[in-house]
Amino acid sequence: MTSFTDSLIKGLLDLGLVPGGSAALALVGAVIFLGVAVFLLIALNALIAVYFERKVSAFMQDRLGPMEAGFFGFAGGKRFWGGIAQTVADALKLLGKEDIIPTDTDRKLFIIAPFIIFGAAFCAIIGIPVGYGLVISDFNIGIFYVVAISSVGVIGIILSGWASNNKWSLYGAMRAAAQIISYELPIGMSLLLVVMVVGSLQFHDIVAWQETNRWFIIHSPFTVIAFLIFFLSGVAEVNRTPFDLPESESELVAGFMTEYSGFRWAIFFLSEYANVAVVSLMTAIVFLGGWLSPVGGLLRTFSVADGWYYLEGPWWGAFWISVKAIFLIFVMMWFRWTWPRMRVDQLMYTAWKVFIPFALVNIFLVGVWELLFA
Amino acid sequence: MGDITFSVLAVLVIVTAFWVVTSRNLVHAAVALMGTLFGVAGLYVFLYADFMAAVQIIIYVGGITVLIIFGVMLTQRIGDKMLVQTTMPNRAFAAIVVAALFVALASLIFKTPWHRGDLPEMDGTVSIIGNALLTRYLLHFEVAGVLLLLALLGAAYLARRAHG
Repeated sequence: MTSFTDSLIKGLLDLGLVPGGSAALALVGAVIFLGVAVFLLIALNALIAVYFERKVSAFMQDRLGPMEAGFFGFAGGKRFWGGIAQTVADALKLLGKEDIIPTDTDRKLFIIAPFIIFGAAFCAIIGIPVGYGLVISDFNIGIFYVVAISSVGVIGIILSGWASNNKWSLYGAMRAAAQIISYELPIGMSLLLVVMVVGSLQFHDIVAWQETNRWFIIHSPFTVIAFLIFFLSGVAEVNRTPFDLPESESELVAGFMTEYSGFRWAIFFLSEYANVAVVSLMTAIVFLGGWLSPVGGLLRTFSVADGWYYLEGPWWGAFWISVKAIFLIFVMMWFRWTWPRMRVDQLMYTAWKVFIPFALVNIFLVGVWELLFA
Repeated sequence: MGDITFSVLAVLVIVTAFWVVTSRNLVHAAVALMGTLFGVAGLYVFLYADFMAAVQIIIYVGGITVLIIFGVMLTQRIGDKMLVQTTMPNRAFAAIVVAALFVALASLIFKTPWHRGDLPEMDGTVSIIGNALLTRYLLHFEVAGVLLLLALLGAAYLARRAHG
């Protein structure tokens, strides 16, 4: 199997686009190209996700802007495209804002903190496939790599809260640290169960296993529990409602990002939506069959000619994984606009006294299940 | 290519390690330590030890560094960030210990028969590590597990006592 990087290097060398045909230069070119591509992907993802979020919230809470805003001469109003200008206006406003660094902050850390968070989200996306072979870099330890690199983001959150030199920010940062460290455990344990059954850490092997057997969410009663624990802990990991205590606008005034404005604040936003995408893609791959079609070979069975072949293959798989991931993103937004926030003690209770014991017992029971039925 | 990668990683590790010991701000030192640990993870990847690299990141960068920063934040002296070494009498003793450590490490480095030339390309180390842990090193594995369990119970006990 080849990854994007391999095929890009090969392509660059084959087309003779690299002076002297040097493999090292081709690698550097491929890395820069893919880096820019991932950045654009994150920006595009945030643009669409913000629009989506505002639409969902507007539908649920009857908000006007995201439902009716229009471009110049391209009147919005109560048409189906009404509100399409909202995110564009938001983005322009954000980039046009003054970049303020308060005087008493720890300047160096204040500046690098958002980039640590962004870097972690960026590196996580590199390891996640969005179709058979559609991955920037195919790691042997795929799942473990994504979990490991995601755990780095919390450092950025703590640093941004600490460097802001503001008590609300510090509170937000401390809550974030406690929350993210706690919820990493149930996430690891529910993934461990899947890895145990498949016997591989590679995303492709996990999807291949689901192709020959069945999707993990319906594999056994315990994997359903694992799916719920994983997805809810994932929502907690990306600090979204009902687990958005580190931000909580109404009590901590946005918590660790209170002192950030303009472009720096936009970086937090990009990372949040990138992380939302990472959690949704992970859930889709590990529990919902990844790029496998939910209707299986049904379409091929009913099509007369062989002309339907384009309904298979990696790009068609990318379509299915997108459908699954977008649905999960919608569920997260649904949570956000309909549920209230948890209390700190409830948050810790959920992680340590509900999710972790259940996940531990789950690992044991899945082992028993596999011995009996596999 | 390999030489360049190695040099970049080595420079990263050395520069950030130097920053760790010279910085007077504990949080800055912790951030620099993060750079060092990342560099070491990069060296693991360079040696085809992909699993070790991810373990290094999840435990040292995502765990230990967070714990250090968290510890600094939880202390009462968040306001005065600068740390100044005040215990002068210990300096001579410290210098002797450091010199001894340096000599020991240097002699070890020069005595070790290092593997030279290219490494054989490996295709994943996870299964090798897993098999070794559950067969040859099973006792060590179990002992470490029991030790961690004890630490967990001890921490819970202490926290409960503190509450009264």
